[in-house]
Formats: sequence, C-alpha cells, structure tokens
Amino acid sequence: MGAREDILTAVSGRGPAAQELPLIPDFHRGAADLIGLFAAALARLDGKAVTEPVADLQRWLSDSFPDAHRICSAVPEVTGTVTPAAFTDWAAPADVDVTVVRTPLGVAETGSILVTENELGINTIAVLAQHLVVLLDPADLVENLHDAYRHPSFLHTAYAVLLSGPSGSADIGGVTVHPAQGVTTLTVILSPITQPSFGRKTQS
Amino acid sequence: MKPIDHARNALAFLEDQTHEQAFDKLIWGLRVRRDAAAREVPEWEQLRTLASGIKEHTLSNLAHYLELFEQRATGNGVRVHWARDAHEHNQIVHDILRSRGAKHLVKSKSMLTEECQTRPFLERRGIQVTETDLGERIQQLDDQPPSHIVGPAFQKTTRDVAELFHRVYGSEPDRADPVYLAGVMREHTRPLILQADAGMTGANFAVAQTGAVVTVTNEGNADLSGNVPKLRICSVGIEKLIPGVAELAVFIRLLTRSATGERITQYTSHFAGPRDGGEMHIVLVDNGRTQRLADERFWPSLKCIRCGACMNTCPVYRRSGGLSYGSTYMGPIGIIMMPSFDIRRHSELPFASTINGSCTNVCPVHINIHEQIYQWREEMNAHGEFSTTKKAAMNLADKLLSHPEAYRAVTAAGEAAVKVLPHFAIYNRLNAWGRHRDIPGPAAETFHQWYARNRGRPNRPAHPAQETDTPTEGTDRGRA
Amino acid sequence: MVPCYIDMFYPQVGIATLELLEKLGVEADYPFDQTCCGQPMANSGASSQAKATEELFIRNFADYEYVVAPSGSCVHHIRNKFTAADDTPERRRVSARVWDLAEFLCDVLRVHEFPWAEFPHQVALHVSCSAIRGLGEQAMSERPNDPWFSKPASLLEKVKGISIAGFDRPDECCGFGGTFAVTEEAVSAAMGNDKLERMGATGVHHIVSPDMSCLMHLQGCAHRNRDDFKFLHLAQILNGSAE
Repeated sequence: MGAREDILTAVSGRGPAAQELPLIPDFHRGAADLIGLFAAALARLDGKAVTEPVADLQRWLSDSFPDAHRICSAVPEVTGTVTPAAFTDWAAPADVDVTVVRTPLGVAETGSILVTENELGINTIAVLAQHLVVLLDPADLVENLHDAYRHPSFLHTAYAVLLSGPSGSADIGGVTVHPAQGVTTLTVILSPITQPSFGRKTQS
Repeated sequence: MKPIDHARNALAFLEDQTHEQAFDKLIWGLRVRRDAAAREVPEWEQLRTLASGIKEHTLSNLAHYLELFEQRATGNGVRVHWARDAHEHNQIVHDILRSRGAKHLVKSKSMLTEECQTRPFLERRGIQVTETDLGERIQQLDDQPPSHIVGPAFQKTTRDVAELFHRVYGSEPDRADPVYLAGVMREHTRPLILQADAGMTGANFAVAQTGAVVTVTNEGNADLSGNVPKLRICSVGIEKLIPGVAELAVFIRLLTRSATGERITQYTSHFAGPRDGGEMHIVLVDNGRTQRLADERFWPSLKCIRCGACMNTCPVYRRSGGLSYGSTYMGPIGIIMMPSFDIRRHSELPFASTINGSCTNVCPVHINIHEQIYQWREEMNAHGEFSTTKKAAMNLADKLLSHPEAYRAVTAAGEAAVKVLPHFAIYNRLNAWGRHRDIPGPAAETFHQWYARNRGRPNRPAHPAQETDTPTEGTDRGRA
Repeated sequence: MVPCYIDMFYPQVGIATLELLEKLGVEADYPFDQTCCGQPMANSGASSQAKATEELFIRNFADYEYVVAPSGSCVHHIRNKFTAADDTPERRRVSARVWDLAEFLCDVLRVHEFPWAEFPHQVALHVSCSAIRGLGEQAMSERPNDPWFSKPASLLEKVKGISIAGFDRPDECCGFGGTFAVTEEAVSAAMGNDKLERMGATGVHHIVSPDMSCLMHLQGCAHRNRDDFKFLHLAQILNGSAE
C-alpha cells in the first residue's frame, strides 16, 4: 500500500544521527521486606493487601463480601458461583460481584500484580466485576519494574495488565474517587500456591 | 486566517478569578507531587537520561522498529494499517467499522484521535462515539476539547461538572461532590460500554519486540473499551515506538510520577493480540511526524510521552488555562508541536512563554522545550509571520541599539528614555505595559552620563573587528 | 557591562556594581560605546535585527579578560544564545568570558566578606530564571535530588545583619520574560502579583535580586497595587549603598 511505503521512506535517513541503545541497569536496592513495600505501595492507590496468612479463603471471602451473590473464581482455593469458562459473552461478567484470580507476579515498587488471559480466561472478569480479589504467592514478588518486565508473560500473551489499585479517577476537580468505570475494590492476599491454578499454563 | 490570540484568551481566563485560582492551585499541586515522587527515586536523573537515549535511538532507527513492530503484531493476529495523515486515519477507522456493521464505538483517551478530529468525522457518518475516560466524556458532553492532556476536564471546577451533569443527565445541580458525580457517570456510561460494537484505544507506547500497544489509565477504561467489544482498533502515532519490554520499564517508572506524582496508574495494559473470537487493528499514523523528524531543531519534540509535566510546571499555562491555546496540544509541548501542523494559525503561541526553562527541566525525556520555543520565534520571523508594526519596531530597535551615539542621544533626554525600552511594545495593540503595571520612571541621568561626568569619557573608541592590538590598560584583572 | 535598561532606569545599580568591583581591587573599565546585548530583538525572534547590536557588543568587549554584568538575563544571552552575530573567534571569546556579577564574586574573586556593608533587615531573595536555569547559579526545584546551593544567597549571607526569608514557590518565574511583559500583559502581571503575595506573606519589606529586569517588573506591579516593598539589586546591598 502507498501509505506504508511513503511513511517508511519518509523516516529513513531522517531524524537524529544513529545512537546506541542504552543499557539499562536493574536499579536494585536489595530491599529486604518486599511484602511490606508491596503493601504500602498498593495502599497508596487505595488497594488493600492482606499479609497475615488466611487459613480459609472461602470463609474470608464470604466474611469480606457478605452481600456478594455472583462470585467468579478462577482459582481452585475458592469455589464461586461461576468460573470464567461459563462466560461466552465478554460483557456478561458485568453482573459479577467478586472475581478471584491468582497472579503470577507482584511488584513491590508499585504495588502491582499482573494478570493475563492465562489467569483470567475471559479478560473482562478482572475489569467488569465490582470487586477483585487476587492471590499472590510471596515467592512471586519482585523488587521493581525492571524485574517485572522480565516476566515471560509480557512476551507470550495477547493481553497483560499490571493492576495497582481499584479503578479511580481524579478528573473532577483533581479529587481522587473510586470507582471510575472499573472495579470498586482491589484486594491482594499473600497466599502461597498449594495447588496449580485453573488455566495456569506451564512456564517454558 | 487569523492566528490564535492566546493573550486575549488568557485575559478572559484571568478576569474569571475563580477558575484561574482553582486551576493554578490544582495544576501546581501536580508539580509538587511530581517533585515528591522524583525525590523518592535516587536514580531519577539517570532514568531521564536513559529515557531520552532510548527515544533518540528509536527515532534514529524508526524504519527498523516500525517494520519489526508490524511483523510481530501481524504474527499475533493483528491487522496493521498505515495512515499518512489525519484524513487517512479517519477513513481507515471508518472503513473498519462500516465493514463490520459497527454503529457504536467506545473509546479511551487518545490525543492522536483529538489531533485527527476522529470523533466528529465518525459522527458525521452515523457512528455513535462514546468517550469512556471521565475527563474526556465530560468535555464531550460539553462540546469542548480537552484542557490538559492527562486530565481533560481540569479546567472545570466540581461545580461546573455538577451543572453540566444536571443539564445532560438530570442529576442534582447543587451536589458538587466528585464521588456522587463519578457515580452518575458510571451509571450512564457502563451500559454504553457493555452494548458497544467496537472499542478504540490510543497508545502510550508501541513495543516493537512484542507488537504490543500499551495504555496507561487510572480508570481501566482502555481495558473496558479494548476487551468488551469483539472489535478493537488502536490508533498509534509512529513516534510511540520503543524497542522492547526492558525499555518499557524505564518509561513506566517515569510516566506517572512525572504526570501526577503517583508511582504508576491503576491499569498498565498491554494489548498484543486480539481477544479470543475477536479482531484487533492497529493504525500507524504519520500526520506530520516524519516532517518534524526531518527538522534538526524540532525532532526532539517527538520524544514526548504525553505526561503533562511541562504544562503542570508552566506558570503561563496555569494562569491562562488549557483552552487558551486553542489547539489539540497545549502548554509548552503544544507550543513546539502545533506550529508544525499550521504555522499561521499558531504563529503567536511561541510568544505565550517567558522562556523560563522550567518545562525542560521536568521533562522526563529531556526535550529542550524552552529552547525550541525560542527557535520557533525565529522561525515565525523567517516565515514572515511578524506584523508590520512588529517588524518596524524591531528595525527601529536594531538601528538605535547598534549606533552608540544615537543610543546615547535618545536615552540622555529623560522622557525619551521611557519610550526606548518598551519600544518593541508598540506593535502590541493593547499597548499594554501600563495596563496592570506602572511604567518605570526615568532616572535623572543615565549611567553613561554619570560615568562621563564622574569618571571621564575614555579616549579609546570601540575597536572595529579587524584590529588586533593587545590591550593592557583597562582590562579587568581579578583578585586570584 | 551595564545593561541598557539599567543604564536608562536604574543607573544606581551600575554605579553600585562599579564601586563594589573597585572596592574588591578590580581594575574595571567601562567601554563607553556599549549599548545593549541584543536580547530584546533576539528574544522576539528577530535574529537578523539583533546582529548589528551583538557585533557592536563583541567589538566593545572582545579584548577583555573578564566581562562582568549585574544581570543574569543578559549574561545568559551572551554566554548561551549569542547566535545572531557571526560565529568568530572574538564572539566565542566574549561568550566564554562573560560573567554575571554573582558568579564573578563567588567563582573568580571568591569573596569572603563585605566589611563595608550592613543590612539589618529580613529580605526575600528572587533569583531570575536566566540565572538559575541558564547560568546554574542556584539549585533548581525541578531537580529535587541535586544538592542545594545558591551563589547569590551565599553572597548575601555574608552581609552583616541580614536574614533571608524562605517563601512558597521560590523559583517560579516572576512573569517578566522581556517582550512577554507587554504581549501577554495580563498573565505577566498575574505572575508578578502572585510572586509579591508569596514574598509578602513572610512579612518582608525588602526584595533583593541579582537581576534588575525581574525587579523592574515586580516594582511596577507593586506600585500599581500600592504594596509597600523596597526593591534592591544584589550589588547595592553588597556595596553597602542600599539607599
């Protein structure tokens, strides 16, 4: 097509002289308490971290969301009312009260957790539900974003999102409110993996 | 066509004191938070240098990265299109929508689509377009363009939004409560998202290594717009390319801290391929970028990652309001980008600046913004954009200041001295030094006169350029 | 070097500068045919109309070891933006040898005391954007991890009796900006008034700057508001001739 050739021609031999791509250090500070850093960072954007061990996740869920009717669970530790496989229409998770999913990666610097189609099955269960609960194995916690972007999910997934808090906006008068269009609450529970998660593909 | 009169727009904004004071306070607050975020990161300056170097490298190899990006995206099942200008972009988008029978499009924030005026183009062809970013939606409902690139509705007070929502949605007019108002928006917009035929996003970054488009939002509205409908379209300016995910980390660390002082936004989303059963299109857009790339003065503006830090720190922006620039991009980055779209229309924007340099020093990618503003002034002169009165004033100043005797004669007469300094002022039709500010009173005698009287006028006149004798007397010698 | 606007409106600042340098043992010459550094035209984008003035400047000053001016904006222009003139060895020499007074006192003369000066007042110090971001005379708030330093403050602090008040938004532009003060008059005045309000909130009555152009603008705003401030150039205080 004409446009492609025109543009590629137009950028060739123009612009700054050839520059080497800089090498990027890992900027590690060797932080000891990653869990503490993670929890504090998550709290900045009004997410919640549960760092004390939760023996009975099912019980925790019903205690925390007593009014929840539709629970979408993508993890074996929790039985919901639906699983992601139940949805064919990606708009359908709109009436889910709580989605529970396990993340393969947490980032202490920013209080972020990663989810992709591998964990979600249907991507919209993470953003259309009213509340999102995420299980994070402390062994999957890394120090900073430089570490995070080495995770293979960023190379092998069609959709990957780093979530760092519940949906919010400061567009009205600069005042932060929750939610905007996405989830109202985000809770991350530090929970070691005991059984392989639904839909979790083996890492190569 | 008349140039945008920023000074007049700014005056109107300042005369409305409520809005100006609220705006200045809100936007300065973002600068303060940005400083706090930078303070937390000891390697902050190193990150800025890395980011600038990555962008410069990419722009110096742009053809390679564009082709790599296209190859990877295509391999992911994405259809990649190319558009030379705004019109081609809009036509491509419309063709995709029309061919799929899509009548309703939801979109997340994209300054590129503002630039291309995509929404009115589609609406004129019968496509309903719903902005899902809260600030963009507010401006859409009020038929106004964005006033800030990160918070499109920042120029509105909460009270303004309450009144707007009352008009549009019938909500309570006096409830100037952001929580309530955000709830009103969610209530009305969520059904539209769920029923949409197609979703559109912009791109903060386009990662060549993976073919992924990256969006950064607080709301998650790009994730909604991009995932709920089966059809996804991403508009990407060609300057958004970065080499790979390792480089992406640098930008994600800098972007939100620079914009609002938070470490990251709630949703950092990477769209590499279509959803199951869906399709994804990427439109790569030039629209003047290759032209800017070819300009050795102005290509650095292409490094911009749209953080808004420059406008947050700009004292002129904060006091004149984002809409005063009358253009897609506003504040310092707007001043250096807009003239390349339409030099006449934006010929006065480079003068909406004190060239104080604050913008350059907060820019996470080291764009020399204030220097480019200065260079655009010269470009305006070279392009013939000066009025005849301004040209006359400059010529007069030139003659006077390059002739020592004439200069001394004019300035020695007390009253005449006042006329010389703001001489460049006579081309301003407001003739304004004295409107809000008192004119400096002339001194009893000039320094020249004092020196001649008290120290004696020296014999040695100014050397013509060719003389080479070495002076020994009259040379400043410092105390070592 | 005495800037054109000081020559015309504030000769006392030129006099204070000359007297101060002489007190410090400097043999200072004043080339009588000097006029202006060319900034008013250059900053307006009228580079071709700045050329003759810049070249006159070069002819006047090319043979001196140091060219000192009590003006950060002029020195920034001469050192970093002297591009209207032809790029000759003389031009480069002048650009390399020009100093703002505050820099000259700190870095060349390394002055430790001003025994003839006393100023028993609290002052607000305003350093121009040219001096901060153009000449690097003071750490800038945009770079919060840089160590703090200020050449003008370090000089002022040596004056007996003086105290320097801190105020909010210390290095936000005052709004002068040369031609900006006329072409964007309303914004310029708003910026000046805001700055005066922030300085005034500390209770000071004296505003000091190494740059008279900023003071000229602030003084104009203050008179219109009927604010009660005294505006002094750094040279006047260091010279002990603050009225």
